[in-house]
Amino acid sequence: MMKTIVMPGNPSCQGCPHAIGLKALGLALEDFVLVIPAGCSTIIAGIHPKATLNVPVLHVPFASAPAVAAGISAAFKRENKKKNVVIWMGDGGADIGFATISGSAVRNDDIIVIVSDNEAYMNTGIQASGTTFWKAKTTTSPAGKREDRKDLAAIMLMHRVPYVATASVGYMNDFIKKLEKVKSIKGFRFIHLHSPCPPGWRFDSSKTVEIARMAVKCGAWILWEFDGKFNLSPASKPYKDKNKRKDLKDYLKMQGRFKGLSENEILEIEKAIDKQWKYIECFENI
Amino acid sequence: MKTIMTGNQAVAEAVKLSRTEVIAAYPITPQTVIVEKLAEMVDSGELDAEFIRVESEHSALASVYGSAVAGKRSFTATSSHGLLYMYEMVWWVANARVPLVMAVVTRTIGPPWNIHTDHTDILTMRDSGWIISMAENVQEAFDLTLQGFKISEELNLPFTAGMDAFQLSHTSEVVEILDQETADSFLPERRQCYVFGEENTTIGSLAPNECTAKLRKDTFETMLKADKTIDKVSKEYEEITGRNCGLIEEYRIDDAEYAVVMMGAWSGDAKDAIDELRKEGIPIGLLKLRYIRPIPQKRIEKVLEGREILVLDRDCSMGLGGIIGTELKSFMDDITNVIAGIGGVDVGVNELTKLFRKFSEDKLKDEVIFLEVI
Repeated sequence: MMKTIVMPGNPSCQGCPHAIGLKALGLALEDFVLVIPAGCSTIIAGIHPKATLNVPVLHVPFASAPAVAAGISAAFKRENKKKNVVIWMGDGGADIGFATISGSAVRNDDIIVIVSDNEAYMNTGIQASGTTFWKAKTTTSPAGKREDRKDLAAIMLMHRVPYVATASVGYMNDFIKKLEKVKSIKGFRFIHLHSPCPPGWRFDSSKTVEIARMAVKCGAWILWEFDGKFNLSPASKPYKDKNKRKDLKDYLKMQGRFKGLSENEILEIEKAIDKQWKYIECFENI
Repeated sequence: MKTIMTGNQAVAEAVKLSRTEVIAAYPITPQTVIVEKLAEMVDSGELDAEFIRVESEHSALASVYGSAVAGKRSFTATSSHGLLYMYEMVWWVANARVPLVMAVVTRTIGPPWNIHTDHTDILTMRDSGWIISMAENVQEAFDLTLQGFKISEELNLPFTAGMDAFQLSHTSEVVEILDQETADSFLPERRQCYVFGEENTTIGSLAPNECTAKLRKDTFETMLKADKTIDKVSKEYEEITGRNCGLIEEYRIDDAEYAVVMMGAWSGDAKDAIDELRKEGIPIGLLKLRYIRPIPQKRIEKVLEGREILVLDRDCSMGLGGIIGTELKSFMDDITNVIAGIGGVDVGVNELTKLFRKFSEDKLKDEVIFLEVI
């Protein structure tokens, strides 16, 4: 049953990818509750006595979400409730709560974890995270991020849980299909959602979907799914062939966070993307 | 039924008898045996519950927060560094007004690493809104844990059952355990003012400042009235078991000129020391605190009125005093405060007899005395 879960008048920024992603949950999932740790979505969900999400929402401390969800899931199990317990967190929650996600995956808790990754701690004002894009300028990496970027979904894949996928707010049908698949799978399910952030990445708020699609087309964000078998998702398939990828420079120049990158730095990013694809090729052979 | 068991085992038995439905825990010495025992009970089918084997203490309290907010009787246990690691959740659970029970086996905070008892760890919970109890012996650890569920669910406040590392957690004593039928007659099914997931309710969202202030005031006032609930529940329990587990215990204090105030396992040794001194004709008695939150100010004042007061703390607020001493000084005058037994330093009957004798000879002059050894 389709349901509008994001109500009009919610306080998300113009062009907010979370608001787009949350909409997909309502379209794909039927009976579910949301667990939201601290982040942008804490605010999007509204200020008491108003609430903008038309589902039960439990707000929880930053690093705690999968553990709280495990408790809720255990309580539901006691009553044979079929509700899905869904966590909606950002890359910040995934950084600080990494041990919590890992512990939950190891236990194979019956929950769905969605990390809506806008590649920095946006709610506190654009600080670099573990998944911040290579060389991106943030308020704590003003000269551009020097460190490598952690591949969260791949790490979750190594936990050997029933379901891991990546998704993008630029490919809603793909995301919804994945959600529809996970809703009937039992155990720990993880979706890493790519969520371009207009104020954080410095692009016009009308361009969220365009940038999300560009990330996939230049091969920087790769859509895949593991449901017992690893598969590149259709939208990413063509870009396995490097020659078919769109020009990385076009993706970078659309965003203020990459302003002033040298040719050398762009080359480094390209190499990092190529390396990312090599891992994908290995996963395809598992 | 009378049996012999350690404090850890007794707490596990009380959790079983309370028909707890969800347990989450992470091991830390000396609490570990509680959750090992519960894991065994769940695996063998002796206890029909979910056991969540979490990866940290933060997650232990987070998980039982989840199960409790979703309506299930829930339990966890921790100690010292584990308690500090879950400190964020300690406050979250209290501010959310969710009933649940946690055992805290008091243990020294490092460095240096130390697994022995002092009370500073449990007292870090003092301002958070938890009901905080502290057992003197294994029987009380059992009794307080079982009563904790009822008190917590009546007040919508989380409950801590405290007991000293090793002195209670690992010491076998004779304990009377209730049978299931009696436990059921004492402890009704869980009640809770709201349950997550039943309606489209948002819990814990952003709120205007005035809402937060109103909620805190409500918790404050609930804590002020909590003594009445504890009186009621401990009376109901006494009717069934014959054992009183009220807020305070008075020991040989009616005619005492000198009164000692303390909490925890060493209160038992203090009673022996008082017996010794009484034989010598020294008019000394004990006021044992079974709860530090709520703290029954008026009752304490009434019992101590007109007596010389020594507060003995196994905990410390740096540069100020013992924590219980500091608390009592906030509403009473002329208190001598001794800090001892920090880091698990042995303080037994002999040491306490020596200390109390000095006190009765008016030889403890300083306001706060910090003793490494007595």
